[in-house]
Amino acid sequence: MKTITVYGPGCMKCQKAEEIVKQTVEAMGIQATVVKVSDVQKMVAAGVMSTPAVAVDGVIKLAGRIPKADEVREWIAS
Amino acid sequence: MAVAAQKCSCEVGQAAGKEGRGAAVRNDSTGRYVAAVGVAVVAWWLIYRQLVPVAAWATYTMLGLEQGTHLAGAVEFFLFDTPKVLMLLTLIVFWVGVIRSFFTPERTRRILAGKGESVGTVLAGLLGIVTPFCSCSAVPLFLGFVTAGVPLGVSLTFLISAPMVNEVALVLLYAMLGWKIAGIYLSTGLAVAMVSGWTIGHLHMEHHVEEWVYQTKAGDSGPEQRPDWVARINYGLETVREIVGKVWIYVILGIAVGAGIHGYVPENFLAGIMGKSAWWSVPLVVLIGVPMYSNAAGMIPVVEALLAKGAALGTVLAFMMAVISISTPEAIMLRRVLKPRLIGVFLGVVTVGILIVGYLFNVLPLQDLVTRGHGLR
Repeated sequence: MKTITVYGPGCMKCQKAEEIVKQTVEAMGIQATVVKVSDVQKMVAAGVMSTPAVAVDGVIKLAGRIPKADEVREWIAS
Repeated sequence: MAVAAQKCSCEVGQAAGKEGRGAAVRNDSTGRYVAAVGVAVVAWWLIYRQLVPVAAWATYTMLGLEQGTHLAGAVEFFLFDTPKVLMLLTLIVFWVGVIRSFFTPERTRRILAGKGESVGTVLAGLLGIVTPFCSCSAVPLFLGFVTAGVPLGVSLTFLISAPMVNEVALVLLYAMLGWKIAGIYLSTGLAVAMVSGWTIGHLHMEHHVEEWVYQTKAGDSGPEQRPDWVARINYGLETVREIVGKVWIYVILGIAVGAGIHGYVPENFLAGIMGKSAWWSVPLVVLIGVPMYSNAAGMIPVVEALLAKGAALGTVLAFMMAVISISTPEAIMLRRVLKPRLIGVFLGVVTVGILIVGYLFNVLPLQDLVTRGHGLR
């Protein structure tokens, strides 16, 4: 099972990013946990400097923008 | 400010570097992408050259307005300036997007971490122009810098430069007031950022950063993939979609207000309150501007109108810098990492820097550099 982490301090874009990730996971009908991290220390510890950022199983896939559903699908599938 | 655009429009992804793409697709489409960009730029130029005659035709032939009237002047100004500014913005923001794909915050941090204070300060100012930044990322970015060993002053230089000297501000200043004013804004903005950061660095206020900041362990986001040109061009297009998509309405509103002022407000209307002779106008506009929260797109058409009606250049530049560089929301966010005393010094030093710029440009004989309706006219 994959763990998808969305990093964001809670701005509009971060909420949107979380939403897209959750929707995509649901639409794919797979088992995955979506975690939202809004603690800045944890973000920096993960190497995230611009938000929103998305990591799959601890590997950062994207930082600084809202992901597209296609991208999320690709990360989960691979 | 009525124009309370979200500053986050400045932040588009820099994750182009992490976008996976099949190698086969890549080689095949790179040539086509580059060719398409070339065609688009030529088409852009051909259209841009037609803006003056088209605006004149629309005003006088299509709408049948009488030449020389207030209304016709305002309408022609609006019909010419709106497409001009939006086209310039699209073109420049695209290239800025492509350039940004070379400068992710991670890369900027790597560049800054290895440098001494002086070189670091200069680089931080310059990198602030090209590194994508959003005030909601200010805290993680600051943490990322400081924990990687970037000196405090250098990190603060970056935090001042990134919002203040940005591509939207420069493009709009160039389009509306000419390249000289854009150049002055670029250099003085950088100077304020660099001198402020350097000054704070020399006040040795490291212990006024919240303790937990230094206890934070900086992680590495892993090796970055170098994006190919397809990814960079896509990133440029994405940047255009996001920035122009968000600011166009403010640009149009600003130009509409500007057009109205041009047509109807008497010349030198503002000379008394915002002119050179009013020494108190610089501190006044800075005090008003610092807590205000707006972006360059909403500010510049207003700035242009102020200048046109007799406001002094230094006063207007100071106002603009104060509004777009620091704001109350950003100060509140930074409070999480900086203790009150350092926040106070930070705001104070930047404010003083902006005041100096204001007075300097009011004293220097530079008012003539304002080339209004620059460009095609």
